[in-house]
Amino acid sequence: MSVKVGQAAEAPPFAMAARGLLANAQLRHNVRHATDMIRARRAHAVGETPDWQQLRDSARAIKDHVLLHLEAYLEQFEAACTAAGGKVHWARDADEANSTIVDIVRSHGATEVIKVKTMTSDETSLNPALETAGITPIETDLADLIIQLGSDKPSHIVVPALHRNKAEIRRLFMEKMQLPELGERAEDLAAAARRYLRERFLRVPVGFSGANFAIAESGSLCVVESEGNGRMCISLPKVLISLVGVEKIIPKFGDLEVFLQLLARSATGERMNPYNSIWTGVTPGDSPQEFHVVLLDNGRTGVLDEPETRPTLACIRCGACLNICPVYRQTGGHAYGSIYAGPIGAILTPQLQSMKHSRSLPFASTLCGACYDVCPVKIDIPEILLYLRNKVVKGGGAPVGERVAMKAAARAMKNGKRLESAQKLVRIAQKPFVHEGRIERLPGMLANWTRFRDLPAVPAESFRQWWAARERKETK
Amino acid sequence: MVAVLERLGHTVSFPQAQTCCGQMHYNTGYQHDARRMMLHFLEVFRDAEMICVPSASCVAMMREHFPKMAADMPDASVGREVEALLPRVYEFCELLVDKFRSVDTGASFPHTVTLHSTCHSLRGIKIGERPMQLLRAVRGLTYVELPQADQCCGFGGTFAIKNADVSAALLSDKVRAILDTQAEVCTAVDNSCLLHIGGALSRQRAGVRCLHLAEILASTAGASA
Repeated sequence: MSVKVGQAAEAPPFAMAARGLLANAQLRHNVRHATDMIRARRAHAVGETPDWQQLRDSARAIKDHVLLHLEAYLEQFEAACTAAGGKVHWARDADEANSTIVDIVRSHGATEVIKVKTMTSDETSLNPALETAGITPIETDLADLIIQLGSDKPSHIVVPALHRNKAEIRRLFMEKMQLPELGERAEDLAAAARRYLRERFLRVPVGFSGANFAIAESGSLCVVESEGNGRMCISLPKVLISLVGVEKIIPKFGDLEVFLQLLARSATGERMNPYNSIWTGVTPGDSPQEFHVVLLDNGRTGVLDEPETRPTLACIRCGACLNICPVYRQTGGHAYGSIYAGPIGAILTPQLQSMKHSRSLPFASTLCGACYDVCPVKIDIPEILLYLRNKVVKGGGAPVGERVAMKAAARAMKNGKRLESAQKLVRIAQKPFVHEGRIERLPGMLANWTRFRDLPAVPAESFRQWWAARERKETK
Repeated sequence: MVAVLERLGHTVSFPQAQTCCGQMHYNTGYQHDARRMMLHFLEVFRDAEMICVPSASCVAMMREHFPKMAADMPDASVGREVEALLPRVYEFCELLVDKFRSVDTGASFPHTVTLHSTCHSLRGIKIGERPMQLLRAVRGLTYVELPQADQCCGFGGTFAIKNADVSAALLSDKVRAILDTQAEVCTAVDNSCLLHIGGALSRQRAGVRCLHLAEILASTAGASA
């Protein structure tokens, strides 16, 4: 089994990727503007929901229960979906999912697929797999269309083109849709996309979606969206294929009551998503007439194994943790080298990829705790980050210099006497670097501090010494 | 801190054997080392009546992670010791406001001050309004609110070294907010954040000082006048 998370395997470490992105003033302005706006909307929508904390607790309880009994619920889902005329496929990893999907599309002789926005297909790199097979994927979500036309990468779970502004999108549309003229307003851009997509909705015979929720008792899928393109994709084509991560299961239709309230408010600050589509199997005389569900593992059952990391799979991909994260706010999503960015990406990507290529991600956080506060399913992300950091260090993944420094610090902290001796040593060692009570330049790893900040010199008398002298005076 | 507590009539002792709660090691992934520091901490403070801590993040470390580290140890007595320790641990403001009911510490500090609400004081130990209450009772002090005070300053322990550029970007926002207030002093209840913010203010020769809340409460400048 080979777990793939987009192109994350080839991504540079977070600090290195971030460094380049921080120099892009336009991108930073766009990300700040967009996240500030969504944050304010979310805060308002949550503020007017009196039972918000109870909803969070309920959602988490449902997810915890499902994750403990996942196998049974998946089987229940398969049975119900099959009974309703759907066909369920199981995929261990990205390649298996992609080849299953390619085979279905080919069996209908189709050369095009219209797609609803789905992160999971980005995770499996479905689009390149389709293209290799001679099939053209057409993204119909406005943001995903912008990404696709610009050969760009998504930078946010919910609003993938958040790093682009109106002017950039207008230029892109004019070029790629061959429009000699286009207005500057958001409405003009949306209208252009609408014209471009409408014709494709009517032409393409195969639709493709992900799912926000898969309901075990009825075998139904649920997709929420804002643009109506999703509803088109799941209702117009003759054939519909849905790729669903195994963790998307909820037991009952009634559970949606909890999750739909949480998701809309957390993701976009709306009381309800404009389009909530729920469908079950196939209905004669009402398209689509063929419905496939591909249930994807791709490393998820590995995450399930450890109780410490299991809550990661409770995520409903609302993106609230990205919007609130001070680190994401500065860098945007591309620094995370994965389609899953921000705090949730920092815990999810390294787990899906068995920590091989993403050791830097658990450290891409100040542990400020804002993500945990806003998470609608109460995932203690800082706690999982710490667990993963420990795993990196235990696995020998920390830089040598850091290991030595941490060892030395641990030794100095063994008792008060050692700490005092260490302070004395530092006082001597710092001498060449101190100017007027401050240090402006240090060598080695510590240069990363002094590149941006001064450091006050260790004072001639420590608190410890001052205290000892005071006690001596008193006992005299 | 010693000056404030003694002025209020309390007896302060400082066990010279104490070192560190282990937060830096724990947060960087060296939980093995942090566990040893916790054991040392438990030993040093076993008999203390009340333990006053001048950094909220250290308090958060003890409350959030000591019980978990203890639970992972084969010796069950460690867990009992942590349980016995935690109710006696107070962050400085908690001790003054909740335990001693001393919102007015008799301090005087005739300056314009803004407060950075540190992540661990705010979200870790839920300190709420306590630092503001204490500041408002200081004679001569003009309190100005810091815009987006709840935003992280970007320190994050070893994050400041490992992700220095991102850390600096966060810090730059924080410094801009502080300078916008026109305050002379920026205060907080975490030394680490103050070291970080103060380091940038110093580098930029901004002419704004960083002081721990205890330093302001210790001041009696012109109080007798």
